[in-house]
Amino acid sequence: MTQDTAPLSLNVPEPGCRPGDTPDFSDFEIPRAGAVGRPPVDVDPDEIRDMAFSIVRVLNKEGKAVGEWAGALSVEELRLGLRHMLLLRTFDARMQNAQRQGKTSFYMQHLGEEAVSCAFARALEPGDMNFPTYRQAGLLFAVDYPMLTMMNQIYSNAKDPLAGRQLPIMYSSKEHGFFSISGNLGTQFVQSVGWAMASAISGDTKIATGWIGDGSTAESDFHAAMVFASTYKAPVVLNIVNNQWAISTFQGIARGGVGTFAARGHGFGIASIRVDGNDYLAVHAVARWAAERARKGFGPTLIEHVTYRAGGHSTSDDPSAYRAKSEAAAWPLGDPIERLKNHLITIGEWSEERQSQAEAEILDTVITLQKEAESVGTLAGGEAPSPRDMFEGVYETMPPHLVRQRQEAGF
Amino acid sequence: MAQMTMIEAIREAHDVAMGTDKRVVVYGEDVGFFGGVFRCTAGLQEKYGKSRCFDAPINESGIVGTAIGMAAYGLKPVIEIQFADYVYPAFDQIASEAARLRHRSNGDFTCPLVIRMPTGGGIFGGQTHSQSPEALFTHVSGLKVVLPSNPRDAKGLLLASIADPDPVIFLEPKRLYNGPFDGHHDKPIVSWKNHALGDVPDGDEIVPLGKAHTFREGSDVTVLAYGTMVYVAEAAAEETGVDAEIIDLRTLLPLDLEAITESVKKTGRCVIVHEATRTSGFGAELMSLVQESCFYHLEAPMIRVTGWDTPYPHAQEWEYFPGPGRVGEALRKVMED
Repeated sequence: MTQDTAPLSLNVPEPGCRPGDTPDFSDFEIPRAGAVGRPPVDVDPDEIRDMAFSIVRVLNKEGKAVGEWAGALSVEELRLGLRHMLLLRTFDARMQNAQRQGKTSFYMQHLGEEAVSCAFARALEPGDMNFPTYRQAGLLFAVDYPMLTMMNQIYSNAKDPLAGRQLPIMYSSKEHGFFSISGNLGTQFVQSVGWAMASAISGDTKIATGWIGDGSTAESDFHAAMVFASTYKAPVVLNIVNNQWAISTFQGIARGGVGTFAARGHGFGIASIRVDGNDYLAVHAVARWAAERARKGFGPTLIEHVTYRAGGHSTSDDPSAYRAKSEAAAWPLGDPIERLKNHLITIGEWSEERQSQAEAEILDTVITLQKEAESVGTLAGGEAPSPRDMFEGVYETMPPHLVRQRQEAGF
Repeated sequence: MAQMTMIEAIREAHDVAMGTDKRVVVYGEDVGFFGGVFRCTAGLQEKYGKSRCFDAPINESGIVGTAIGMAAYGLKPVIEIQFADYVYPAFDQIASEAARLRHRSNGDFTCPLVIRMPTGGGIFGGQTHSQSPEALFTHVSGLKVVLPSNPRDAKGLLLASIADPDPVIFLEPKRLYNGPFDGHHDKPIVSWKNHALGDVPDGDEIVPLGKAHTFREGSDVTVLAYGTMVYVAEAAAEETGVDAEIIDLRTLLPLDLEAITESVKKTGRCVIVHEATRTSGFGAELMSLVQESCFYHLEAPMIRVTGWDTPYPHAQEWEYFPGPGRVGEALRKVMED
């Protein structure tokens, strides 16, 4: 070692704000709504490299939809989008409470991220398959999956479609294009690419979508998915939901100090776009663009949804221990429901009164369904799935050793 | 009926399956244009096209993960992990995903895929081309684990695995790819050609999963073995003169417990042979099962002959790998008690 060589030190990134600090998003660059143009769906990924560093936005501060990405949705569709987000938020609040009351073991809410999955789902066709994480239940709400069935699963009661085998929020519905959720992070990202490859191999017209959180992009399977999607030009839309926090770990730990998550697509030659995840119109427009691109055989798209997880990671998490309490309120992209509501009011298609009415009606609907689910049972009591169910369905035909074990267990 | 090596039998099983079912797709590192480093998929790309047999990036988790997606879509992927030693990066996809998909989705999604991989030692492959990881897979609920010892079974079991509605781990003992093994490392490899078990039936006849095969009938002691060790056990029986009944397990999960207990109850003695490391190896499971079901029939303590609990060595592989000497010693000892 030469005399002038200083000892090395490790760089451990830290967020700009911790409990007790004043949130400061001044270094977060937000382009004006409408500033980012809409390229043709057959664009060469090289020509839109800047879109991985900017943010596609449609709704401006005045609540108007502006720019080339605007105009894709009718008023009826926008009202429906608002309804889906309200349903999801109300459902979340009730189920979060039910967990606190001991009716279920665990819950994960979407607070602040409702637009991402609710808007995306409306850009897909029946038969397409989503490979979601635990924070995209909006994909189910937006295609009218029965809320009662979701509640039955959350309560692990006798009508739980998964027979009490899965964690409460890990839904599965092939019919509704919702792949069975795993608790292991990132595994579904590469599976979505395989499903899309299978569709291409079969000469089908269906596409797949993969979903991953910002923290889980550090998983090897994120990179595996990217290399397979890129190599075989799979008809898949790969979504990174950057909600800023992986439990207590801020997004800078998975991303490092430079670049964006979307920019990771560049090394794979994948078209990569950042979108305002709290802007229902922007998410929908970009999703539709990417879906069309996949369906027409132009290959995969990587979308980074820039959003903010306003609630805790789960019912087992207390975010006030690691971030400023006022951070969610200071989030510069606002609240997705408020923004869509304001847009509808701005264009004269909604009002505060209608909003209050809708909220009351939705709360009523959710409470009615909740009572119905609870009349069957909750994790705390009532009608439960049979313990015999845990032995069923491990294999299509139960092998002799499991038959023996089931008998030994007394079922 | 044609005479062929295990490699040729595996290739033929692929050919039959791809020819009869368009949903069967085959991929993995080097399996496409080149036909696999062991040539098990040679000619398939030419015959069935690049979208049904293709090369994959060097990413085992990606190979298995995409295959799970394909299986969930409705295809029947048959994928190759170039050596079983390379499977560890894919373990999460196999154990947490493929194995559980049917159960966790209550049958909404299923995962009919076959993961083929060359396994075991005896070819001077060192630590990273010689391991026998079967016990890691038999510990996982939802998988099936198959390990043939000859061309005839390899074809029939692979066809059964491809037809199976659940994920199957298909381990191919690479020491047996070109010929059976007489147990001695200094003797030349004998070809499967002109060997009874090299006679492979034409067509799509399967060998059912979960059924063991009595490789050698005997009355003194039951030897439980699979893959390469079937031949080592045979050599040991012949050299010691002990009348051993050798049960070739063929499928480790689900296991043919009936065939095992029937034989042990008949002979009253049991020796277990595998080349994987001993501690928590599959032999431990076999010993527990035999103890649970045959204790009052046993006339001597059971013995395990296995690889040692060390990483697989390169230069010392013939001291690591059970040979007829070590198995013969166990046979004599179990007969003395």
